[in-house]
Amino acid sequence: MEDKFILGGVELKSRLFIGTGKYSADNLIPAVCEASGAEVITVAMRRVEKGQQGIVAHIPRSMRLLPNTSGARTADEAVRLARLARAAGCGDWIKIEVISDVRHLLPDGYETAKATEALVKEGFTVLPYINPDLYVARACVDAGAAAVMPLGAPIGTNRGLRTKEMIGILIDELDVPVVVDAGIGRPSQACEAMEMGAAACLVNTAIASSADPVRMAAAFRAAVEAGRNAWLAGAGAVKAPGEAAEASSPLTGFLR
Amino acid sequence: MLLTVNGEQGDYADDLTVAGLLDQRGHDAAVVVVERNGGIVPAADFATTRLEAGDVLELVQFVGGG
Repeated sequence: MEDKFILGGVELKSRLFIGTGKYSADNLIPAVCEASGAEVITVAMRRVEKGQQGIVAHIPRSMRLLPNTSGARTADEAVRLARLARAAGCGDWIKIEVISDVRHLLPDGYETAKATEALVKEGFTVLPYINPDLYVARACVDAGAAAVMPLGAPIGTNRGLRTKEMIGILIDELDVPVVVDAGIGRPSQACEAMEMGAAACLVNTAIASSADPVRMAAAFRAAVEAGRNAWLAGAGAVKAPGEAAEASSPLTGFLR
Repeated sequence: MLLTVNGEQGDYADDLTVAGLLDQRGHDAAVVVVERNGGIVPAADFATTRLEAGDVLELVQFVGGG
């Protein structure tokens, strides 16, 4: 069965997106990219320090960059960062991240929707990072977002799919890909998101903070593929608690 | 002349271009994006864009992030 994943007009083979933050050494990144099979990778934009090397030198040229607008507290700041990112000459995809809450790092839905609208008008392929709130998600989709990226749990927590029910609602209701971003801590959680029908998962901390990021990248690759296959296969019905068991083996022809 | 570069005010030589500023600070012009007084300076214009006293510049690049 053909299973095409088209995002922003581009066909992607991998449904695992990865990030470039928090690695103990940036020179691990090429091997992580290879092991993950990912084609999309996130980067941030910051003031350049004297003598500091950027991250792009560590990213295989075949990968599609997805710059984020981290550091933005308002829609206007996100727009400014997006323009700077595009000026770097690595395409027009942008992950909108507008956060003013510094403790929980939760995205500001109102400002995110505003930034989405402005950047779509400027020709960006916009992927907004959101709380899995149906109204915020719809506002982003109505504004032209190419996908929505709801959080499974707060950024960098490795807590997993705490927002599972709400993400399920987005998957059911929206006509754009739902990419679960933030909070996924283990491959089993990425697999679960894919089994639910998520279009893709973005995983950074869980890979970067593991003891062996290259091996963990391979584990996430397998998990995302397994989850996608399970969703395509269509899971069997779950019997309600209290319902009788149903034998898998024939109930006739016993030896007596 | 006084310029504000990445939030820090400093005294710079007159007759400085964007390319000259990047070179002086040891930045790789191939990966740095320059914002001057709120507008982006295209990389193709780095060598010909002369800075003026009071300019506010942001020099940014991609770093690791999620």
